[in-house]
Amino acid sequence: MNAPLASRRGVLAGGGIIVAFALTRGAFGQGGGQGGAGGGSAKVAANLPGDLAKFPFLDSWIAVDGAGRVTVFTGKAELGQGIKTAFVQLAAEEMDVAPGAITLITADTARTPEEGITAGSHSMQDSGTAILNAAANVRLLLAGAAAKAWSLPADRVKTKDGAAHAPDGRRLSYGQLASALSLHVAAQPNVPLKAAADFRLIGRDWPRVDIPAKLAGGAAYVQDLRLPGMLHARVVRGPSYRTRLKPADLATIARAPGVVKIVRQGAFTAIIASEEWAAVKALRQMQAPGWLRSGPPLPGGDLHAALRALPSKPIPVFDFPGPAAPLGARTLSARFTRPYLMHGSIGPSCAVALWQAGAVTVWTHSQGVGPLKKSLTELLALTPDKVRCIHVEGAGCYGHNGADDAAADAALAARAVPGRPVRLQWMREQEHGWEPLGPAMTVDLQASLDASGKIAAWRYEAWSNEHSSRPYSAGGLLAGLEVAPAFKPQTPRPIPMPEGGASRNSNPLYAFHNATGTYHFIEEAPIRVSALRSLGAHMNILAMESFMDELALAAGTDPVAFRLAHLKDDRARAVITAAAQRFGWSARLRGGGGTGCGFAFARYKNLAAYCAVAMEAEVEHETGRIQVRRVSAAVDSGEAVNPDGIRNQIEGAIVQALSWTTQEETKFDALHRTSFDWSAYPIIRFEDVPDRVEVEVINRPGQPFLGTGEAGQGPAGAAIANAIADATGKRLRDMPLSPERVKAAMGV
Amino acid sequence: MSINLTLNGAAVRLDADPTTPLLYVLRNDLKLNGAKFGCGLGQCGACTVIVDGQPVFSCLMPLAALEGRRITTVEGLGTAAAPGPVQAAFEAEQAAQCGYCIAGMIMRSQALLERNNRPSEAELRAALSPNLCRCGTHMRILRAVRRAARAMGGGVRDPSEPVGPPRVRSDGRP
Repeated sequence: MNAPLASRRGVLAGGGIIVAFALTRGAFGQGGGQGGAGGGSAKVAANLPGDLAKFPFLDSWIAVDGAGRVTVFTGKAELGQGIKTAFVQLAAEEMDVAPGAITLITADTARTPEEGITAGSHSMQDSGTAILNAAANVRLLLAGAAAKAWSLPADRVKTKDGAAHAPDGRRLSYGQLASALSLHVAAQPNVPLKAAADFRLIGRDWPRVDIPAKLAGGAAYVQDLRLPGMLHARVVRGPSYRTRLKPADLATIARAPGVVKIVRQGAFTAIIASEEWAAVKALRQMQAPGWLRSGPPLPGGDLHAALRALPSKPIPVFDFPGPAAPLGARTLSARFTRPYLMHGSIGPSCAVALWQAGAVTVWTHSQGVGPLKKSLTELLALTPDKVRCIHVEGAGCYGHNGADDAAADAALAARAVPGRPVRLQWMREQEHGWEPLGPAMTVDLQASLDASGKIAAWRYEAWSNEHSSRPYSAGGLLAGLEVAPAFKPQTPRPIPMPEGGASRNSNPLYAFHNATGTYHFIEEAPIRVSALRSLGAHMNILAMESFMDELALAAGTDPVAFRLAHLKDDRARAVITAAAQRFGWSARLRGGGGTGCGFAFARYKNLAAYCAVAMEAEVEHETGRIQVRRVSAAVDSGEAVNPDGIRNQIEGAIVQALSWTTQEETKFDALHRTSFDWSAYPIIRFEDVPDRVEVEVINRPGQPFLGTGEAGQGPAGAAIANAIADATGKRLRDMPLSPERVKAAMGV
Repeated sequence: MSINLTLNGAAVRLDADPTTPLLYVLRNDLKLNGAKFGCGLGQCGACTVIVDGQPVFSCLMPLAALEGRRITTVEGLGTAAAPGPVQAAFEAEQAAQCGYCIAGMIMRSQALLERNNRPSEAELRAALSPNLCRCGTHMRILRAVRRAARAMGGGVRDPSEPVGPPRVRSDGRP
């Protein structure tokens, strides 16, 4: 068969794209500091969907070998959200191959497109859309090659089970076709995609590809890597940010059995040992002399007042014009607060690093291997070709935890023992003490109700630090601030709307007029903070949806009807109606007497998934204990690739948000963070999770993917706040909405 | 100092620092991935294994305390291809997100159901309470244990959610 490569490239690619492609390959992602957003490389082909616009060439995404094996490449990482399974479904569907024929390669700076950070519920939109369309392109090329071989019109060739089929029964496998086909061609825009009616995989509850190994002790996590000759390391730090350890007897510790080396560079210190337990024991000896605070004291008293008193810069975040509220309108105002929250990964951060011939490879559970590579390149004074970062799963991170810092710690430690892989894992108190926290926030809301009970004015003001300090330079890594000479810390930057950081979901989707919002960006952060799943959305939705209930009560209107009366978006109305119907909202138990129901809704970022949550909760009068009896949720994530994966994420969001909203608060004194373990930072346990949870997925075949991972936390947090208010008649506005606060509000 | 014990049905002789917690021996000396380091404090249960029928935090139990004892890890319950009943129930319910806590959850569930395959819902929740999950997979984990109880000849007496059809079949196909 003649390879049609040259002519196809001439037709499809054109010189411009090839030149642009070469430039793209050399460019670093710009998204490192942009936090929640996907970031990554620049767009070079804006007419292509998803991240194909950044990497238009098909071989960036898909390879087919002579045996017909398909390899799919994504720059996004599996974080426990099930993204690998969805990507396999997409590629297998559009290519007409079995899911088992696909090998998926995730975030690896040497192999995959640089798609920035896996965050912001962007993976399905950015990478999923790219894989779907790349797969359709590749299938088209394979079918075209078969048509040419058979001298048939292209539309007579069908594809099925990894092969092209002619009407007369002739068959050419993808392996046979691929050997003469280059995929180094730009994707065509608007390639025909399979119709929903023909789907074998998309829209089905396909089992997660990663679960079987995780249930049976298979190697699944970076913590499970065991490379030949591997050593074990621990990093040595004070209990939390801006503390340092008092000097220990290094000479004695260095002679302890199993200790290979104590690595010191400036204030960076790590212990390397042949046995992991020896490294732990040496760390405990290093910590024994105690510690000192090395920065200014932490704020005491009213934390939120102290934060609001810091210098801040007002940033307008939305402005919906409209006439002033009529005279006689009733005005309500309320202030809401959220404390610092922890990501609280169950597995402390871990990385494995190996130096060979002046180059380093780091296996990491970072959410952004590209920005991490850039940061490590600067930290280690290497050229980019000498640093490779490979994502391997860790425990769920829920945002920017210690993953990147541990990767830098491992790389610095391993530099002292070239040729030997070094596995460095943080201890529990290090994860609790050093992970950047989800920022504390204050939100003030004010609204006016006109005579008909409609909202005629809306004011939003928030105070908070930045919501992402993800590393894009050496100064964004803990180790970068410890080595000598130290790197300059990254400058805090607010994330602009429409996605927003602190201001995420501050802008109401409700059809308000005369509505304005201001975010008071506080640059100085007394406590290290960064992106926690959904960023400001959890707080903003809790505040907005609590306040909507307060307004509905003032207007004498049912909370669901009140929301619908202010909402034009049809898909928003559909999820609200579905959740209310599934819950039986109109026939619900009426509030008071210790039992109540709460409802809340949001469209994540006002541009992603729609989610509504209805909840029934019981509040025990004597103890304030909150028991959620049942939850009904509805979610519209656009076209649903794996509905059970979506349900899993929303169920998780509901339970996680219950924990954040009613139980969690990071504690500290003037000198350090005192929430150093799970006893000092309790999270939800089995006795406190709901009796029942059900999630309805509203599938929208043919609509863009909207992502799911962060859609539920805001509505679930607000629904419990509203259920508590309904049950007790008392509105709690300061998180955590804890049993102690419930009791205090009820005067118990 | 050497210690003799039974691991997943096989006799094992170990030579290691006797203060070493069992977890490090399992993971590093015996190269088993199932038990996970979570806290080293007995607060999260990611390291849970079964010792002489009881669920224990392997991060706290020193090797010196294990002479002659019978240890079961998740690897001893089955494989990905041939899962045991509790593993199969977790697969059927797709009861994992990141999955880091899941081997510990399975071991604590296994210990419960070996002791009592007809627990009440409250007994089930109390039994699993020492183990933390941060992804919020609790509802699925509870469903999986209810399903496993049934598969093991019993059942949760007053389930807060009914045992429904499996989300996926145990052979992994939908």
